[in-house]
Amino acid sequence: MKKLINGIDDVLSESLRGFGLAHSDLVEVSLEPRYVARKAKARDGKVALISGGGSGHEPLHAGFVGAGMLDAACPGEVFTSPTPDQMLAAANDVDAGGGILWIVKNYSGDVMNFEMAAEMFDGDSASILTNDDVAVESSLHSQGRRGVAATIAVEKIVGAAAERGDDLDSCRLIGERVNSASGTMGVALTSCTVPAAGKPTFDLGADEIEMGVGIHGEPGRRREKLKPADALVAEMVEAILESAGADEGSEMLAIVNGMGGTPALELYLIFDAVSRECDARGISIARSLVGNYCTSLEMQGFSLTLTRLDGEMRELWDAPVRTAALHW
Amino acid sequence: MTQKLVSRLIEAIANSIIANAEVLTTLDQAIGDGDHGANMRRGAKALKTQCDEISSLEFAAALKKAGTAIVMTVGGASGPLYGSALLGMAKAASGVPKNAKEASVVVRAGIDAVKARGKSDAGAKTMLDVLVPVQSEIESGSSIARIRTVAEESLEATKPMLAKKGRAAFLGERSIGHADPGAKSAALIVHAICDVLEAQ
Repeated sequence: MKKLINGIDDVLSESLRGFGLAHSDLVEVSLEPRYVARKAKARDGKVALISGGGSGHEPLHAGFVGAGMLDAACPGEVFTSPTPDQMLAAANDVDAGGGILWIVKNYSGDVMNFEMAAEMFDGDSASILTNDDVAVESSLHSQGRRGVAATIAVEKIVGAAAERGDDLDSCRLIGERVNSASGTMGVALTSCTVPAAGKPTFDLGADEIEMGVGIHGEPGRRREKLKPADALVAEMVEAILESAGADEGSEMLAIVNGMGGTPALELYLIFDAVSRECDARGISIARSLVGNYCTSLEMQGFSLTLTRLDGEMRELWDAPVRTAALHW
Repeated sequence: MTQKLVSRLIEAIANSIIANAEVLTTLDQAIGDGDHGANMRRGAKALKTQCDEISSLEFAAALKKAGTAIVMTVGGASGPLYGSALLGMAKAASGVPKNAKEASVVVRAGIDAVKARGKSDAGAKTMLDVLVPVQSEIESGSSIARIRTVAEESLEATKPMLAKKGRAAFLGERSIGHADPGAKSAALIVHAICDVLEAQ
């Protein structure tokens, strides 16, 4: 394993400390328990958005803490859900009287830990579960779909709704609307290596890809030979639209998300392919994001998210945001 | 008496988990996300650190303290699940169980808490596939040797199962053929408890 670290046990605290120092104008970092909160507290009565999940997906979620998006983020160990004490401390810190909205990616660990935090929290809270990954869906298991990069769209759009003054229930509803209008699929060219594990999570042959990979390196639909970018994109667009639904004339938010080890050169090439594929289907890409947003450590590969936008969602997407990873 | 038993249990369980952390990681890399060994090791270390404090308490309070330590340090799925098991057992326990019947009631309460937290049951390729059969052996007064055998057989029996819960469930049929890492950690805990009871 070749990584830029000191000791394996210090990876997370040193990285969080660095994040806090680099973005000291935007966030405050608590190391015990671990959470990242906005530096400028939100106005009284605003719904506070708290997300969290395993580390290794940076900039998700701490990179999205700031005006117009999250109020706090709770990073767990690499690929491991955070613990309820982190969520509680974050909630007590950022609660502005409007209640807490937990934004949770659908993994059993995250769901259970946030559930325990919600049970222990004294104030009002509600939660949104994101489950946009269309790669694996089987009627044989009851876990449902995985939550991946559409979580960014949920956090951005709901963040703007909360800033606008929407109450807890309205925020939850719009978040659910964004989630169900979204679909994501990923592909891996290489594995990632969890620092504490010290070896790659899975083995891929030099010419192989994992189609439908998860953001923790979980297997997807199948392993196959690498194909041209256009062919990968065609399959992914097809799978996403089949699930998220889109009619001719639909307006989409498209997120081409790098998995951590993919050059921007290739991500923009993928976006070109996505645009052509959507054009051919009479679907317009109204808004877009290209870059590393929901990564899987150093994995090479990308995910594509398409979110069918309505007028309100587009307006909330366009609203100002000021975070480490997104700002306009 | 309680104090010695609790600290011996903590030592035995924690040492076994720490010694087998890599085995758990390897199993989890095959069908999950590879964090089970590191998570369980973190929980084991937390228990060892708090061992004196925990074992100074009455049995039920010790279970509650240990459960809280697990919930607050482990994360992932194993934190809430093993933590809920201990918290559930704490609610059902008064003193140290005096016989197999009493022990089986306490263990059952722990298992019920795992089922409720994980919204799962035996048959979904999880730790419950070891814990549930072990509990029924305790309930029927089986020998420690028999309990060990059942733990091993139940672990082995998770290999051909299709995962329906946890991250392994996302693999569907590709989860078949691998033992479940949660079932493995549960079996390790059962063996560690058997070791302590045999030495009594």
